[in-house]
Amino acid sequence: MSAPLIEMRGITKSFGAVKANEAVDLSVAPGEILGLLGENGAGKTTLMNVLFGAYAPDAGEILIQGRPVRITSSADALAAGIGMVHQHFHLAPRLTVLENLLIGIPGKTGRIDRAGGLARLAEIGRQHGLTLDPDLPVSALSVGEQQRLEIVKALFRGARLLILDEPTAVLAPSEVDGLFSALRSMAAQGLGIIFISHKLNEVRALTHRCTVLRHGRVAGRVDDPANTTSSAMAQLMCGHEIVPPARGPSTPGAAVLTLNGISTSRHSGTALRDVSLAVRAGEILGIAGVSGNGQRALAEVISGVRVPDAGRMTIAGQKVSRFSPREVQALGLGRIPEDRMTTGLVTNLPLADSMVLPRIGTAAFSSKGLLKPDAIRAFAEEQIKAYDIRCPGPMTRAGALSGGNLQKALLARELAFDPKVLIVSQPTRGLDIGAARFIHEKFLDMRAKGCGIIVIGEDLEELLVLCDRIAVMYEGRIVGTLDSADATIAQLGLMMTGAEGHS
Amino acid sequence: MSAVFEQIFQVGFLAAIIRIATPLAFATLGEMFSERAGVLNLGIEGIMLLSAMTGFTAASLSGSLWLGVLAAVLTGMLMGALHALFTVVLGLSQHVCGIGVTLFSSGLAYFLYRLIFGQQSVPPNINGFQTLPIPILSDIPVLGPAVFNQFALVYMAILAIPLAAFILYRTPWGLSVRMVGENPRAADSAGVSVIATRFQAVVLGGALMGLAGAFLSMAQFNAFTFGVVSGRGWVAIALVVFGRWDPWRSAGAALLFAFVDALQLRMQASGLGHIPYEAFLMLPFIFTIVAMAVMSRNAVAPSALLKPFRREER
Repeated sequence: MSAPLIEMRGITKSFGAVKANEAVDLSVAPGEILGLLGENGAGKTTLMNVLFGAYAPDAGEILIQGRPVRITSSADALAAGIGMVHQHFHLAPRLTVLENLLIGIPGKTGRIDRAGGLARLAEIGRQHGLTLDPDLPVSALSVGEQQRLEIVKALFRGARLLILDEPTAVLAPSEVDGLFSALRSMAAQGLGIIFISHKLNEVRALTHRCTVLRHGRVAGRVDDPANTTSSAMAQLMCGHEIVPPARGPSTPGAAVLTLNGISTSRHSGTALRDVSLAVRAGEILGIAGVSGNGQRALAEVISGVRVPDAGRMTIAGQKVSRFSPREVQALGLGRIPEDRMTTGLVTNLPLADSMVLPRIGTAAFSSKGLLKPDAIRAFAEEQIKAYDIRCPGPMTRAGALSGGNLQKALLARELAFDPKVLIVSQPTRGLDIGAARFIHEKFLDMRAKGCGIIVIGEDLEELLVLCDRIAVMYEGRIVGTLDSADATIAQLGLMMTGAEGHS
Repeated sequence: MSAVFEQIFQVGFLAAIIRIATPLAFATLGEMFSERAGVLNLGIEGIMLLSAMTGFTAASLSGSLWLGVLAAVLTGMLMGALHALFTVVLGLSQHVCGIGVTLFSSGLAYFLYRLIFGQQSVPPNINGFQTLPIPILSDIPVLGPAVFNQFALVYMAILAIPLAAFILYRTPWGLSVRMVGENPRAADSAGVSVIATRFQAVVLGGALMGLAGAFLSMAQFNAFTFGVVSGRGWVAIALVVFGRWDPWRSAGAALLFAFVDALQLRMQASGLGHIPYEAFLMLPFIFTIVAMAVMSRNAVAPSALLKPFRREER
């Protein structure tokens, strides 16, 4: 390979006493796709923020084509030819595609250079097959198209190095293929790409080389990812071997949750259309699908947050009549919502308060309209110990906890009351391998105890490992249900695009 | 009844609408620029009052009306900069700071006015702007005398509308303003300074609010009184919502409000005397409330309105 396009040497960055990066070296050659791997908190994001000018490193230097450069703002990074596609898109939804591209670009004689922008957009479209309608507002684009716009935006500004932060987290399997072919085409034309991901199979399929970070340091490099096993890479990331949890055989009992012909109005998001399903005791049912195909409505109906227009639902054999969160909870339902921070707990209150919130009115935590602070605190302390939730104490502000610890807290809150049915959405999104492993084990424990669990997720590999059966949702319907023993990722991916499965 | 209508709808009536709409148009465009960049400026009422005072004072002391206008504009920019310092640079609550700016500016206006002019039984006045007929155009029947026989500041307001639309929609700076109001992080990662852009937009907005104040004390009333603004700033905030943060629609909203205001003035004077005049005074405000209730249901504010931008926050 030729001289590196970009080279980071000895980058060190501390936040207080925490060393987020320590003497990290990294280089990308033109035409190379580099995988950047590491668990949460390993320092990937910090390192990329240093490269993109958001943080100034304490030590170390950045060289572009052999010349040292100082990058202190995103404007510097853009000028140096570095483009970044953030995990959360940096787009203005109400402005058009072209306006989002032209932001920050000097105009022609004081006016926005529309003609020049259109020409450049068309050129990028031709080069890499990344086409977009320039006059559509961004809000009308699919998530995949918005990501394409972010990539085009970087190229539009003349980026020669593109950083993608977990780009596949938001995509359907079919969209991932499109992204990968565009990235390969860019690399073939001499661009450098840094691909950040948790998903080892994707890293193995796409990248030429990998750098693995652990605790802020380079834990190792992989020169031939395609021929390196996922478990070898996982071991580099974690520092120890990761054994996937073994899901033993189970003998499901009676149905603990049934939905019969449930439909909802199209109030917000995708409506449910005649959804029927059943979860039996001691069984884990996966709900697969590209996000936005009715999973949220399904979770809300089951949790009693949304009242369906038609259909009936039973929990532990009893009909749900009012669809209130309190009713379904009293019947034995536990839930872990999709978004820990907004619907899971109250980030500005102490952790202990959030942990008892769903049951605040029960005799355990209040009497005669007054709270029992000691009981609440004792409960939280007990759970913190039992689940190894890393925090200074039960009165810590909940928002200060890391994602993995929050998820443990939510799990503890539900499991403490032995639910008959548990519904969880995206249980391990954003968690690292270790924390995800812990959550999975808990699910399997509950399964062994006879709890029925519904896992709504997008990560098909995770669902295949964890679930006994997998139902696929598409546009508010269940298109099919497969036994996970017979299911393949390809088959599920096809069903996620609406193709009927065999049930 | 038809006699009443004849009395109402005549050239003078059209001219009155334009005149009443002028300060509202300036103020509404000013507030719109600020809000499009993500900054609500509740200081508008006080900024207009203080500008009306400084404009009047400068004109009265120097004898030059245009020097007065300049003083009013500079006052507006200065107070805009103060609001921007609090809300944009320091990232404080826009509601609280806006109300603070209004209270501070109003108090300062009363104080300085007393200091300079003392307490007089008859408030001092100036020879304000005279109408400036535009040759040929002012000869057009009806429209000519109504629109083209007006004060210079009225023509400026009329020109300000397309100019504001051009700046907002056709220039790179205008795009930056819209972007920092929708998603400041996107603008930041594109190398646009969110702080600078917002600051500039609030200061530009302040300049337009200053023009609104100048018109009131130097063209409409030719004097400064403590009631010279009397809620026009608050109305402008409603008109921005009514106009859906668009220069053309906002100007249209100002015209519509002015129409109702002119109408109630005529109704007061037109022999419906058995109704207390206060009832008519309420009409434009009732109209504003109803219009807001009907129109603002679908209005979508700039996404980042009221949200301070700090780079480290995620």
